[in-house]
Amino acid sequence: MAIADAPFTIAGRTFKSRLIVGTGKYASHAVMAQAHAASGADMVTVAVRRVNISDRSRESLLDYIDTSRMFILPNTAGCYSTDEAVRTAMLGREAGLSNWVKLEVIGDERTLFPDNEALVEATRILVREGFVVLPYTSDDPIVCRKLEDAGAAAVMPLGAPIGSGLGIQNVNNIRIIREFSRVPVIVDAGVGTASDSTIAMELGADGVLMNTAIAGAQEPIAMAEAMKYAVMAGRLAYLAGRIPKKMYATASSPVEGLVGR
Amino acid sequence: MSSLSSNPVQYNSASQPVRITLNGDPYDLDQPLSVQELLDRLNIDSRRVAVEHNKVIVKRAAFAATLVGDGDTVEIVNFVGGG
Repeated sequence: MAIADAPFTIAGRTFKSRLIVGTGKYASHAVMAQAHAASGADMVTVAVRRVNISDRSRESLLDYIDTSRMFILPNTAGCYSTDEAVRTAMLGREAGLSNWVKLEVIGDERTLFPDNEALVEATRILVREGFVVLPYTSDDPIVCRKLEDAGAAAVMPLGAPIGSGLGIQNVNNIRIIREFSRVPVIVDAGVGTASDSTIAMELGADGVLMNTAIAGAQEPIAMAEAMKYAVMAGRLAYLAGRIPKKMYATASSPVEGLVGR
Repeated sequence: MSSLSSNPVQYNSASQPVRITLNGDPYDLDQPLSVQELLDRLNIDSRRVAVEHNKVIVKRAAFAATLVGDGDTVEIVNFVGGG
């Protein structure tokens, strides 16, 4: 990059890419692996679920993730209480190789909005248990501050509902969260296309996390590559410092020396 | 692999029937097994799963020493695609 950037570091671990991608909803594991490679991401999220006892034929997700290159971030998706989320996080830690968790405590089935009260409580418990907690939260600066106080290693406000593709709905809140926060801010959920990622990064987000925007695209591998550049472009624009917005035009060309005047 | 879902209970003088709850469903064993033996029997790679025994997480190092007996609850989880 043409301008010096601080490394993207969470809890002492540095990542090359500011794009974090999911592993769900791909047409096949092979397409997922290619999309991951195209995205340039070095952190992927996974879910923790019961092993299918009666059908052991299905291939393992981990066969398609290059764990020498990719850091695996287990989530607690689908958990609706503090207890469920804590239990799932503990299982994810045992199944995996790290003490990191993308903490989700969902409050409502239709919106998948977080239950922030339970989320703060679960964050507190898991931090005490030695986890590096990355909570998926509402785009609420006060909740983000409470999560940070509870020991979250980063805060992950939603841009819009999970899988909605609506883009960043409350631009001002994301900006305020960035201003308030002393831990990395990762916009998690709501991205629909490349420009949404760029907007998140231009607002000062330290990273963007997405699943459906890539996995659900017509051409997931191409969209993954688009997201790579979009995140880089947004970051660079943020560092470069945009011009202030004005109501009226300011000429780019000299106003003197015009022919025939 | 033998039929896992319709596993017949063996009645003999040497052992009592053992019924456990495995991932939410009843599951019959001929005799108590260690967690490791259970995983082997299910053809599950123990390096890729986490196991809860009666709601307590079993560390991988303790798979061989943890015995699953009648009435016990076992959860075996792994990673699947998610966001």
